[in-house]
Amino acid sequence: MSQWHIDVQNVNKFYGEYHASKNISFQVEKGKLVGLLGPSGGGKTTILRMIAGLEQPDNGSILFRGQEMNRVEPQKRGIGVVFQNYALFKHMTVFDNIAFGLNVQKKSKSFIKERVNELLDLTNLSGLGKRYPNELSGGQRQRVAFARALAPEPQILLLDEPFAAIDAHVRRELRSWLREMIDRLGITTLFVTHDQEEAIEIADQILVVNQGRIEQHGTPIEIYQSPQTDFVARFIGESTQFVPKGIIHGFNGVADGREVLIRPEFVEIGKPNEIALPSAASQGTVRHLYYRGASWEVEVEVGGELLIGNRSVEKSSLKIGDKVSVLVHRLIVFENGKANIVENQFKYDPMPVFI
Amino acid sequence: MSKGGAHVMSGNRSASIGGLREPRWVKVALISITLLLIGLFIVLPLIVVGEHAFRKGFEVFWAAISDDAALSAVKLTLTVALWTVPVNALFGIAAAWVLTKFQFRGKNILLTLIDLPFAVSPVIAGLIYVLMYGTNGWLGKYLDQADITVIFSTPGIVIATIFVTFPFVVRELMPLMQSQGINEEEAAVTLGASGWRVFWQVTLPNIKWALLYGIILCNARAMGEFGAVSVVSGHIRGETNTLPLHIEILYNEYHFVEAFAVSMLLVVLALITLIIKSIMEGWES
Ligand SMILES: Nc1ncnc2c1ncn2[C@@H]1O[C@H](COP(=O)(O)OP(=O)(O)OP(=O)(O)O)[C@@H](O)[C@H]1O
Ligand SMILES: [Mg+2]
Repeated sequence: MSQWHIDVQNVNKFYGEYHASKNISFQVEKGKLVGLLGPSGGGKTTILRMIAGLEQPDNGSILFRGQEMNRVEPQKRGIGVVFQNYALFKHMTVFDNIAFGLNVQKKSKSFIKERVNELLDLTNLSGLGKRYPNELSGGQRQRVAFARALAPEPQILLLDEPFAAIDAHVRRELRSWLREMIDRLGITTLFVTHDQEEAIEIADQILVVNQGRIEQHGTPIEIYQSPQTDFVARFIGESTQFVPKGIIHGFNGVADGREVLIRPEFVEIGKPNEIALPSAASQGTVRHLYYRGASWEVEVEVGGELLIGNRSVEKSSLKIGDKVSVLVHRLIVFENGKANIVENQFKYDPMPVFI
Repeated sequence: MSKGGAHVMSGNRSASIGGLREPRWVKVALISITLLLIGLFIVLPLIVVGEHAFRKGFEVFWAAISDDAALSAVKLTLTVALWTVPVNALFGIAAAWVLTKFQFRGKNILLTLIDLPFAVSPVIAGLIYVLMYGTNGWLGKYLDQADITVIFSTPGIVIATIFVTFPFVVRELMPLMQSQGINEEEAAVTLGASGWRVFWQVTLPNIKWALLYGIILCNARAMGEFGAVSVVSGHIRGETNTLPLHIEILYNEYHFVEAFAVSMLLVVLALITLIIKSIMEGWES
């Protein structure tokens, strides 16, 4: 048996002329939670649908535990799917919706009743069993869709933007509920999301999908800190991108007319005496200040470029026009579609890291 | 109460009727015209039919509808409906399914063909079948050899009726299936349901009202169809006459009272159908 629960090998999918999945390959271990992240139309749903068996790859193979699944019908794949629009059975009650998969498995009435009630409890829907889907709120429908997908105890759970229509607070709650439940049941899960924060927060691994390709597959930390492609670096996290005209202290000769990317968290802004490594810092002027609740977002001008950094609200406040020291800890330099991370040369560890 | 208050009240009043501000006489005129037309063209004829049917008393009415030829016409009409409705219900579901849930080449041609029975005159539909299945028709000689008669017998009448009433169910189902998409079906499949179960437990419950409505319209037309049936039937009294054909024969033979008596039967069948329909509409809402 293969060590991979899901193994996708060189899969291509065409919709007519349109190449929707290009040489998709990735592997997932059992029990892992994988987030699919990428711009709209990138091909995320297409990948999920092929794994579910709702769409046939034109070539390449999809294996579950080393067994080829291409010719296996969706019914026999042992998957649970939560569709983006829920796709609840509108003429069935919540109870019957959740019981559907168990009825298919011809479980006994008493077993079904017990299991559905258990799931209703688990999803905080107790007491709503007799309602119809159109009598529920968006978040409640969402949870019914989860319960329905989980009832037959699938090996693999596929979630297409499961939290898309839910407000931020409930979303956070459902998110941690999902993570906890998946850990407890050991289900291998793939979920599509538009929300980077969501993916970074709960996923074990992230697949960045763009224009039908997988740009990068890695842990959230890898994706965030060591983007391998130009696209990933720009797509993930906040950043400022420019071709440096002047000199940024600590990166002499690094950029050389190439485009660089700086994230706010790479930038330390302080009054001249606050920065521990004055030699590594550049001089700048505060141009804008935005209050972000937990911190200030500070826009500073350094060598003709506007950089964005954060500053704790606990520190003494800055004013527009203040002269400040700006320490850029690292940058990302683009070269031929690749993203290289470069550390500040004047810091204690002067070794530039190339990925 | 002040003058101003009264003014506001009268203003509210004219605005409150759905925002419509037509003068009263327009409303009265429109309603009268509608009632007049319905009365003249729908209610009055029904009353006339009833009045004529009973003009010579109940005995004559009873004799007309218990006559052998009349009973055989009733039987044939019901037989035709009994074949046509299930066949078109099945065809209709299948065609609507294929047309709304799949993309394929030639789909537009098929869409146009589905409307053909409504577009061509029923007489032409009948003639097409005579040309195909008649003794001198394309398939006629093979049918002759196999000793099967289609034209001038029940199978021909059933086939012609199926053709004429085909679009009712499809047209009723298509917009609904289109708007519903296949989300629920896909969800059912991922939960392990077989195609059969998906159809019975997911698709059918979602289309059942539209389907019943289509079936009722189809049934009403199947029992009332005249043109196409007239061409393929051959008018053999007591054998290949449906109710509409029987009525026409009686009428042409100047048996007016009998003709209206039998018409009453057909009207009653139609009314039963419409009552079932409105009961169902009541359930639905
Ligand atoms: N049935 C289809 N026929 C033709 N093209 C399709 C079909 N389904 C998807 N596509 C195209 O394939 C591409 C990828 O679609 P997909 O639904 O996988 O994107 P996505 O990453 O899920 O986007 P989103 O985030 O907006 O949901 C899109 O350009 C889309 O237009
Ligand atoms: Mg999608």
